[in-house]
Amino acid sequence: MAKVSDPQMLTANRLVDGDVLYWKAGQWVLSLKDADVFAAAKDAEAALAAAQKYVADNVVVNPYLFDVKTDAKGIHPVKEREIIRAAGPTVRDDLGKQASGLGSKPPPRRIEMPPKPGKDNDVSI
Amino acid sequence: MPLIKLSGESRTATLACDSFVRVADDAALPEDGGAIVSLTRFRKDRDALLARNAPIGVRLMADESPEQLGDDVHRLSVVVIEFPKFRDGRGFSWARMLRTRLNFKGEVRVAGDFLYDQISYLVRTGFDAFETNFTLEVFTRALSEMSTVYQPSADGRKTIRDLRSGK
Amino acid sequence: MYRYDEFDAKFVAERVEQFRGQVARRLSGELNEDQFKLLRLMNGLYLQLHAYMLRIAVPYGTLSAKQLRMLAHIARKYDRGYGHFTTRQNIQFNWPKLVDVPDILSDLASVEMHCIQTSGNCIRNVTADHFAGAAADEIEDPRPIAEIIRQWSSLHPEFVYLPRKFKIAVSGSAHDRAALKFHDMAVEIVRNDAGEVGYRVLVGGGMGRTPYLGYVVGDYVAKTDILAFLESVMRVYNQSGRRDNLYKSRIKILAAALGPEEMRRQVMREFMEIKQKGTLALPAEELARIDAYFAPPKFESLPDEMPKGDADFENWKKTNVHAHRAPGYAIATISLKPIGGVPGDCSAEQMDALAELMDKFGMDEIRVSHEQNLVLPHVKKRDLPAIFARLSELGLATPNAGLITDIIACPGLDYCDLANARSIPIAQDIAKRFADLDKQHEIGELKIKISGCINACGHHHAGHIGILGVDKKGVEFYQLQLGGSGAEDASIGDIMGPGFGEHEIGPAVERVVKAYLMLRQDGERFLDTYRRVGMEPFKNMAYLDQLYAAH
Repeated sequence: MAKVSDPQMLTANRLVDGDVLYWKAGQWVLSLKDADVFAAAKDAEAALAAAQKYVADNVVVNPYLFDVKTDAKGIHPVKEREIIRAAGPTVRDDLGKQASGLGSKPPPRRIEMPPKPGKDNDVSI
Repeated sequence: MPLIKLSGESRTATLACDSFVRVADDAALPEDGGAIVSLTRFRKDRDALLARNAPIGVRLMADESPEQLGDDVHRLSVVVIEFPKFRDGRGFSWARMLRTRLNFKGEVRVAGDFLYDQISYLVRTGFDAFETNFTLEVFTRALSEMSTVYQPSADGRKTIRDLRSGK
Repeated sequence: MYRYDEFDAKFVAERVEQFRGQVARRLSGELNEDQFKLLRLMNGLYLQLHAYMLRIAVPYGTLSAKQLRMLAHIARKYDRGYGHFTTRQNIQFNWPKLVDVPDILSDLASVEMHCIQTSGNCIRNVTADHFAGAAADEIEDPRPIAEIIRQWSSLHPEFVYLPRKFKIAVSGSAHDRAALKFHDMAVEIVRNDAGEVGYRVLVGGGMGRTPYLGYVVGDYVAKTDILAFLESVMRVYNQSGRRDNLYKSRIKILAAALGPEEMRRQVMREFMEIKQKGTLALPAEELARIDAYFAPPKFESLPDEMPKGDADFENWKKTNVHAHRAPGYAIATISLKPIGGVPGDCSAEQMDALAELMDKFGMDEIRVSHEQNLVLPHVKKRDLPAIFARLSELGLATPNAGLITDIIACPGLDYCDLANARSIPIAQDIAKRFADLDKQHEIGELKIKISGCINACGHHHAGHIGILGVDKKGVEFYQLQLGGSGAEDASIGDIMGPGFGEHEIGPAVERVVKAYLMLRQDGERFLDTYRRVGMEPFKNMAYLDQLYAAH
C-alpha cells in the first residue's frame, strides 16, 4: 500500500477522443514522463483543483491523483493500473502510448510471495 | 417552476399556469385553491383535505407506489411523481400504473430531476404535466426525435407493428 | 436472418441522429459528464483505461457477410484494425474517438446494425444459442422470439432507467448453450404435455459479486402471451429492485429476497392485467412473419459423408466440427483462441477473409458464441477441407473448441477501467502450458474462464475452472474456483481458498489438472470428477508448493 507521503501525479481523459493525459504546469501532456510530480500533498490538491477548470470547459473528464515512486530508472506509478494506463495494453506492445514513444513498456513483472499457508489450509494429500 | 402540460385531443405541449400550491407537511392548508401535499400529509389529514371544496393533489416520492392512495386516487385532481435523480426510473412505472391499473384520469405530473432525453419516455408512460425549465420549443423537439415506437405503453400510441399492418 | 424494413431502418437512423445531438450537447457543455454518461452507455460507449470503448450489438450473435465487412471497415477506419468478441455475443472496439462515434453509428445503420442498449441500466443484447437453426437437437430456432424480444425492449419507455442492467438469453434446445440460468431472465423453448411449443421463463440468475442461478417463474407461457409475461417481470423489477446499493440492485437480489412464490404472485398479478387488456398479445401472424426471416436456407440433398484429410484436419474435426440437422452439412467452430493469442480478438483482415468464406461456403451466415469463438452454422461437409485450409492460413484453425486452451477471458486490466487484475496474460500463460494437443485431448472437455474483477464479465463463476483476478495490496492475485457450469447442469464454482500470484496461477492450474488426471474414472470430464470427489483433493494439490516451501 502506498504511504500517505508518496509523491503523486495527476491524470485525466480528454473528452473528444478519450486519450489519457497527464498534468504539467497548468496544462496537459500525453506522456507521463513529461508530467509534473507533486512531492507535497498540498501541491497535488492545488493541481487537482486547477484541473476542474478543464472539466468545466468540457476539455477533460475525471481528473484524479495517483501515487508514484522514484527508483533508479525514474518515476513509476505505484499501482499496476496506472502503469498500464501510462503505457498501453501489456498484451499488445504495438498499441497505446508505448507504441508511439509516449510511454515506456511496463517494467518486468514483479516477484511476489507465494500465498502463506493459513490455518485452514489442509495440505495433507 | 414553470409548468408544461399536454392538452387537447392532440395532446399538444403548452405552457400552463400551475393552479396548485405545494403545501409543506407542517404548513397550514390554504383555505381555497388547489393544494398538493405529500402522501404522509394526505394520510394524516385525509378527511380535512377531501372535505375542502378545492382540488387536491398528492406528491409521491420515488418509493411510494400510487396504490398506497387506494380508492382515494380518484378523488385527486393531480398526482405528482417525483424523480429524485434522473437515473431512478421508478416514476415511469408509477405513471403507467396510474393510467392503466388505476385508470386515473387526472393530471399526472413529473417533478424533480429529469433529462431532455427522458421527455418522450415520460409522455409515453402517462405523464401529461411537467414541472420544468425547458422551453416549449426544446420540449417539443424532444418529442419529435423518434418518430416511431416498437412497443405499446400507457399513451396508447400506435406501434411499428400497428403501422406495418396498416392500422 | 432478420432484415430491416423501412420502420426498423428509420428507427435506427433517428437514434443515430439523437446520439449525434447528445454528443454535440456534451461537447458544448449543455450536458455534463454525469448526465451524458448514462446516455452514452445506452449507445454502448464506455470510457476505459486507455480510451473509449464502443460495444456493438450483435443480436443473438448473428451476422451476415456484409455486416462482418462493415465491422472490418470500422476497425480499419476508426480503430486500430481489430475488434474483440464478447461473452454476450457482441463485438467491442477499444479505441474509438467520441467525436467519431456518431459516424460509426451511421455506418453501422447502413448495414442494419446499432449499439442501442448495449450498456446502461436497461435491457441489453438478447443472446441465444450460437448453433440456433442448425443444431440437430433443437426444438425450435430461438432467434425469432429473440428478435421479437429485441424489438419489444428497444427504447421501452418504462424500462430504460432500471435499477441496473438486465440480460436476457433464449435457448431452443434442452442442451443449454446459452447459459440460461446465469441470466437475469431466460426464455427456454419447451413442449407441454399436449406437444405444443411454448416458453419456460426463468428469473434471477446472475454473475458478479453474488452469483445466483435463476429459478422458474413461468413453467409454460404460451407464445401469444410471452411479451405480456416478460413485461410483467420487468415491471416488478423496475418498481421493487433495490436502488440504494449498487451491489444489490440486480434482479437476482430481488428474486432471492422475494422467493419464487412471492415473485410468481407479483408477476402473475401484472400478467393477468396485461393479458386481459390484450395490448401485448403476440398474434400468430406476427410470429409467422418473424419466423419467415429465419427460415432455414435451402439445403441441398447431399450424401452424408465426412471427408478425411491429414492429421491436422482430423484433429480440427474432432473438436471444431459439430452435427447439423441437415444430412451432408456441419457446423464449424472458428477458434479465436490461438495458443498465446488474445482470446476473442479478430483482426480486420481476418474479418474480411471470413466474410469471403461466408460467401463461398457459409450461406452468408456467421455466429458469435458467448465463448468468444465464431461459428459457421451451415457448411457442407464436403467443403470442410477447403474451409479448414483457408482458416489455417488465417490463424483461425486452432483445433481446441471446448478443450482446456479454449479459454474465455475478459479484457481485464489491460483494457478495462473496472478491472483489478490482468486476465489475458493469464489465459496466454495457461494456454501455452497446455499447448500440446495430445495432452489437451487426454484432458478432454475443460472450460476455463477468467475474469479480471468481480463484475465477472469472463463468466468465471460458470467455469469448470474459474479464475478471478483480485488486487491484494496493489499486487495482482488470482483466486481459483472449481466446478462451475453454464450448461443445463448449471452450477456456481466453489472458491478454493487464498489466491495465487501471477506466476503461481499457471502452475496451480497445472496441479489441479494433474489431480483430475490422477483421480478420474472412466469417461469423466473434469467437471464430473470434481462433482464426485469434491474440493479437498484439488485444494491439496493446488497448494502443494506451500507444503514444500514451508518445510
